[in-house]
Amino acid sequence: MQVKEFDSENYDVIVVGAGHAGSEAALSAARMGQKTLLVTINLDMVAFMPCNPSLGGPAKGIVVREIDALGGEMGHNIDKTYIQMRMLNTGKGPAVRALRAQADKNMYHRMMKEVLEEEPNLTLRQGIVDKLIVEDGICKGVVTATGARYHAKAVVLTAGTSSRGKIIIGELTYSSGPNNSIPSIKLSENLEENGFKLTRFKTGTPPRVNKETIDFTKTEEQPGDKEPNHFSFDTPDSQYLKDQLSCWMTYTNATTHQIIRENLDRAPMFSGVIKGVGPRYCPSIEDKIVRFADKPRHQIFLEPEGKDTEEYYVGDFSTSMPEEVQLKMVHSVAGLENAKLMRPGYAIEYDVIEPWQLKLNMETKVVKNLFTAGQMNGTSGYEEAAGQGIMAGINAALRAEGKDPFILRRDEAYIGVMIDDLVTKGTNEPYRLLTSRAEYRLILRHDNADLRLTDKGHELGLISEDRYAKFNKKREEIESELNRLNRKMITPKMAEPFMQKNNLKSLKDGILADHLLRRPEVHYEDIIDMIGDPDEGPVDRRVKEQVEISIKYAGYIKKEQMKIERLKKMESKKIPDRIDYTKVPSLATEAVQKLSKINPETIAQASRISGVNPADIGILSVYIEQGRIAKVPE
Amino acid sequence: MASAVTEYDTIAAISTPPGEGAISIVRLSGDQAVDIAQKVFKGKDLTKVQSHTINYGHIIDPTDGSLVDEVMVSIMLAPKTFTREDVVEINTHGGIVATNKVLQLLIGSGARMAEPGEFTKRAFLNGRIDLTQAESVMDLIRAKTDKAMQVAVNQLDGNLNHLIANLRQEILDALAQVEVNIDYPEYDTEQMTTKMLLEKAHLVSKNIDSLLKTADSGEILQHGLATAIVGKPNVGKSSLLNRLLDEDKAIVTDVAGTTRDIVEQYVNIDGVPLKLIDTAGVRDTTDKVEKIGVERSKKALKDADLVIVVLDASRKLENDDIQLLEATKDKHRIVIFNKNDLITVITPETVEQVKKDDIILKTSAITNDGIETIKKTISNIFNAGIEDNSNNVIITSARQAGLLRQAKENLNDVISGIEAGMPIDLVQIDMTACWDTLGEITGESYPDELITQLFSQFCLGK
Repeated sequence: MQVKEFDSENYDVIVVGAGHAGSEAALSAARMGQKTLLVTINLDMVAFMPCNPSLGGPAKGIVVREIDALGGEMGHNIDKTYIQMRMLNTGKGPAVRALRAQADKNMYHRMMKEVLEEEPNLTLRQGIVDKLIVEDGICKGVVTATGARYHAKAVVLTAGTSSRGKIIIGELTYSSGPNNSIPSIKLSENLEENGFKLTRFKTGTPPRVNKETIDFTKTEEQPGDKEPNHFSFDTPDSQYLKDQLSCWMTYTNATTHQIIRENLDRAPMFSGVIKGVGPRYCPSIEDKIVRFADKPRHQIFLEPEGKDTEEYYVGDFSTSMPEEVQLKMVHSVAGLENAKLMRPGYAIEYDVIEPWQLKLNMETKVVKNLFTAGQMNGTSGYEEAAGQGIMAGINAALRAEGKDPFILRRDEAYIGVMIDDLVTKGTNEPYRLLTSRAEYRLILRHDNADLRLTDKGHELGLISEDRYAKFNKKREEIESELNRLNRKMITPKMAEPFMQKNNLKSLKDGILADHLLRRPEVHYEDIIDMIGDPDEGPVDRRVKEQVEISIKYAGYIKKEQMKIERLKKMESKKIPDRIDYTKVPSLATEAVQKLSKINPETIAQASRISGVNPADIGILSVYIEQGRIAKVPE
Repeated sequence: MASAVTEYDTIAAISTPPGEGAISIVRLSGDQAVDIAQKVFKGKDLTKVQSHTINYGHIIDPTDGSLVDEVMVSIMLAPKTFTREDVVEINTHGGIVATNKVLQLLIGSGARMAEPGEFTKRAFLNGRIDLTQAESVMDLIRAKTDKAMQVAVNQLDGNLNHLIANLRQEILDALAQVEVNIDYPEYDTEQMTTKMLLEKAHLVSKNIDSLLKTADSGEILQHGLATAIVGKPNVGKSSLLNRLLDEDKAIVTDVAGTTRDIVEQYVNIDGVPLKLIDTAGVRDTTDKVEKIGVERSKKALKDADLVIVVLDASRKLENDDIQLLEATKDKHRIVIFNKNDLITVITPETVEQVKKDDIILKTSAITNDGIETIKKTISNIFNAGIEDNSNNVIITSARQAGLLRQAKENLNDVISGIEAGMPIDLVQIDMTACWDTLGEITGESYPDELITQLFSQFCLGK
């Protein structure tokens, strides 16, 4: 029987889906003063982690800090719910250091739900959105399965892997969202009707086992850090968790590999059942065995899923083998011989919107006032989803208010790198952020995310005055300490004890403190000891860290900044809307096609499109400069 | 990380057509123009001189301080310039090889080789050219690009391509290893150490050095073997020259040099491109004007790849002959005993200035005797020079050589970074820059090359 539609409430912004993208989108819109509706299929899966119970790591951890600096929630939420915290890459340079946390999965969900519930301008509601209300190419709202018509000035879709999701375990396939949730079918169909080009991606998750049945004596312990560290600017060191849970490491072996090889004919990855494109960086274990046949063993990480559960995540063991085979595979691994399976691993196929259909502000080119974010844009990972979510939420709010879009450049944030990559280059596999995707990674560090973005967050109204004052204090302390070290002379006598202790040559003449700090063997604390005036200088370790990095790597930082200056000039050259590339004389055919498809917003963005060469960019610049622009009809 | 050609790089190019006169101009435009010129300039501090001044000095190779050319440098600061950016023009005198070298050094010091039509494009974009000319500027960019592409493709030797590709792969392997250590720190993949990276940097640097050594023979290939013909008046030099030229009728250009004392002619003899330089004598003189001519001749002789000394076999050796033989004694030399059809007075055996490794020919321009032998000899010298190079890989363009120098500069930064104890992910910035620079030579830079390498080389997952 046809469900009868009815006009329900009016909002400024509607967000569909309350995963990591949707939660950030709804919160940012609401915090910017917009009356916001967050509608999701199952309220018990708000900010749910269907795969790895962890956040952060290289590049991703920096995104969490960036979200925090923009006034997002992910950093706060993980700081409230982590069970282990580790700083990675401590032996390397500051640009690639990365914080990673194991999350208490349930607590993470509950805490985020609580924040959403308490947000004044936000309504959280369970429901399945079946279609968009689109008039004259403009999105005006959504209609749910129960017939409710919600109207809004802007809509953000974050459907994740629910879009026509299909779970695959061996020969078994069934329609499902993540972790056996209800999939979203009709919305996908409606998007196609509205002219969107969708494609199929695939991802997967490993089995979970019961902690009581793991023999930890056969595994290696990976404890958390003693040194305090948090994701959010707001979380003080004093709140650092003392009793952290460990992760554990073990390995696959020849037997595991043999079991997999003998059953490859039943592996959906190879039998042709799975058609979606899976990520290269996140292959299933059967994929690894086939592609890296000569590797004798693969690492496996056993990760607790929370304090109040016995469930353990078998990391790096993602599989869609039949359950029967999964059991044998698990039992072949040292420490898991008697492990009791709690959930089988599975692969999931889902629809994504090919992301070149988006603009840099996350709005779709196909339907106005409609924004999409998260896994449905072809990314993978909670952090990538949340980073897009906050940007989509901010831009939906700005649209509702009739204000200019908010865009982060590639030199400003990993979030900017990610969105530009997606929009400008598209992706043919689930997109994961890697540090190597950023050309200015020395500038995009996790330790300076606040310095890069807090001003912007504050300007958007997402950073409280109280926090902004604290931030400004930190910034001033950094400045004044840099100034002090730039004036302070270290005499040979002051440096002598340090030089002797470290078997270094004595100084011949006095040297400015910041110059001495540039030497690889000298650290900030050594300089402070030499100066020997404990009352002066900063106390905050984050200020000290910033001072040390700015001075020690000044040469490299300056080099990157020079490159950025030129990039900025190119980014400031805007390309007019609806330009008709077929009318630009002398432009190469391939360039016409690519430019028409992507519709870049700036000359810099255009130059990053593959197949558009420098001559085309030159011709385009001249064409725009001459001022008579041919436009395609709206 | 695709190498970013940006609109705001400082660009450089030779702005006079090749082979047209002894003075060439290398032009730089962009905000770094003066700084870059200063890096290769010896003379006044160009960063301190006034705008729109011409400054005398020398171009030096910053890597070893060696002198490249004597130049005049015009400094023109924005906005009153052709492009409305800072513009530096270097007037070179040393002919094509030296001019190319100047361009190479500028590219090696941070300038980017200008794209075709790029100076004009900048002039337009900065409002220097009338808007009505927009279309012709666009056509110009397209036309020049297509032509340049063709030239570049023709130039790109398969072996060179292969060699650069190998070097890039060497670097890529190392980069991927560093990246995997960064992005997947808990994995038991081998740790790339700065020591390993240092070895790699030295290895690649050595390869670039040997490629750069071929750059000069590459210039010869492109622009001809610089061959100076000397001899006192009436020695039969001109008729000999005419014999060589008339038969081939292959003169490309015939333009007088800065003085009437030097004539340069581009000819092609049996497939060998020759730049024939007909010089005046080198005798001592007190005449002021003649002295200048003599100085120039001496310089031309110094720069020549090959010298042909013509003697008159029918007359006694004169002071002029002896001075010529002395002035060219360190060069690759052919000594010709001309007028062989007359009664000979001198022979190779009786001229004590003739060296053991000189090539001796007896000719007669009148009877055509020995002309073929001259040609064959030139051809042999030329081919011998080329075959010296392993794999026959020769760097033929200033662009290629300039980019190689830049790549080497990047490697020097890698090495000094490692020596200063910088962490590997910082050192890697310069290693990546080197890889990008090499990619510009072959034009093969794919946006996701590194990431593809990462996932095919290592087993990573979750």
